[in-house]
Amino acid sequence: MSLISKRKDSVAVVGVGNTPYGALHGHDATSLGIWALRNAAQDAGIELHDIDGLICQRLTDYQKFVQITNTTPKLVTSLPGAGRMTGGTIQIAVQAILSGMLETVAVVYGNDGKTAGARYGGKGDNYGTGADQMWFPYGMTSPGAVHSMLYQRHAHLYGTTNEQLGAVAMAFRKHAILNPNAVMRKPMNIDDYMSSKFIAEPLRLLDYCLINDGGVAMILTNGERAKDMKNKPVYIRGITQLSRLAQGELPEDFGFEAMQRASKVVHEMAEVDQKDVDALMIYDNFTPIVLFTLEGFGYCPRGEGGRFVESGVLELGGRYPTNTNGGHLSESYMQGWNLQAEAIRQLRGELGHRQVPNANIVQYLQGGPLCTSIIYGRDPS
Amino acid sequence: MHFDHLRQRPIMNEYTKPLPPINEQSRPFWQAALERRLILPRCNHCETFHTYFEPWCSQCGGEGVHWEELSGMGRIWANCRFHKVYFPGFAEVVPYNVAMVELDEGPRIMTNIVGIPTGTLEEMPIGMRVQAVFENINQEVTLVKFKPAPLNSNR
Repeated sequence: MSLISKRKDSVAVVGVGNTPYGALHGHDATSLGIWALRNAAQDAGIELHDIDGLICQRLTDYQKFVQITNTTPKLVTSLPGAGRMTGGTIQIAVQAILSGMLETVAVVYGNDGKTAGARYGGKGDNYGTGADQMWFPYGMTSPGAVHSMLYQRHAHLYGTTNEQLGAVAMAFRKHAILNPNAVMRKPMNIDDYMSSKFIAEPLRLLDYCLINDGGVAMILTNGERAKDMKNKPVYIRGITQLSRLAQGELPEDFGFEAMQRASKVVHEMAEVDQKDVDALMIYDNFTPIVLFTLEGFGYCPRGEGGRFVESGVLELGGRYPTNTNGGHLSESYMQGWNLQAEAIRQLRGELGHRQVPNANIVQYLQGGPLCTSIIYGRDPS
Repeated sequence: MHFDHLRQRPIMNEYTKPLPPINEQSRPFWQAALERRLILPRCNHCETFHTYFEPWCSQCGGEGVHWEELSGMGRIWANCRFHKVYFPGFAEVVPYNVAMVELDEGPRIMTNIVGIPTGTLEEMPIGMRVQAVFENINQEVTLVKFKPAPLNSNR
């Protein structure tokens, strides 16, 4: 059994901070990370020099980061700017704290994708192994097109419909309307959804996440130190990853088997199961993966994702309120990080109109191909 | 004589879509395509076909492959249709389709479906029988595309 499950209060999130999201001119990714970290440190009630580990993602300039924050970390590193790495970044921080090697670790994300003109697809895109050789000559590129093809498979096998994808987009938009920091707050109905333009048909613009600038940071520490902090800690009760890419980017089971295995590990670690979970944060770069993820992590039967979301289950007031900030589809594509921030704030009970009443357990899910899950708990057990 | 003004004109039939960066490992594949044959690397140990060109098998862990010719027959396994332009060379042809075809021998490859009336996804559904056609681009590259197969080609 893991170290986490021996003592459920062994690692805690004690601070969270973010920037606004949108077009933030004059800030590169590193600068946005610094901005978010300053907010997180303030939230935690610590000084930047209290931080002894800096585990970053997507930041390009760790030198500037350490210089301007005037920190003296025992570990500084930056992982690639792929959303799949988010769980892994946090995993490294958790391991460093559990080992005793580090005490107060900042996990920091900065993304200047909007003003820097980040593109997902086209020349230089690295989505898909060997894509320049076997995909690009046919015009195949982009994560969105891969998800479009996977959705077509799902529709073919299980009868999933575009209207069911629309239910996901609309649920998250409803949440975004309650969130002043969300980029997309205009009400959306099924006609708006169905009339939005195709990108990689049958996926439409409103099936796609929003590329923006922004930063998110969290401060993690051990359970002992967490007791003396300004905020009530939120505990990391379970965390795991299972990466499976042997079938490339288009697994014939939508990642189901890998997610099932990850799900079993994280739930055993946290000693909770699906029925104990009060809210979900699901990595939603595109609408179909939300269905695949709900199936893989055991929230609905295999193949039933479309019918499951149609019932309103993902909306505030539903059984599993999901992406209560609007998610990547309507708050901003912060590659999983804004979902971590939302999980922490739900468990602290800070979210006003979009608060899930008495939230005690929130689970973060990333559907793959680096299947990741984190179970956050308000209480240490 | 000054001919610079002529260079401003677009050269007719200039091919602007992405071309594969052919390397030592992938050269046999592209050479065969020029000869209108579809070949793929096959594991020397477990006989799994690969759609990548490194010599290691993801299925059995073995090292070493040989090239083997495939029938060129298969079925559409997944499909989509691009409306957004990601490559300037495709700007003139949007919307265009992309399909993943599962070959009768098992491996799946990306391709385009040709020879359908208007190009909609309804005309190229998942499960449709297709056969390889070879579209010559230049002296080095022939793309492997697929067209609907005759009705009597069911496997």
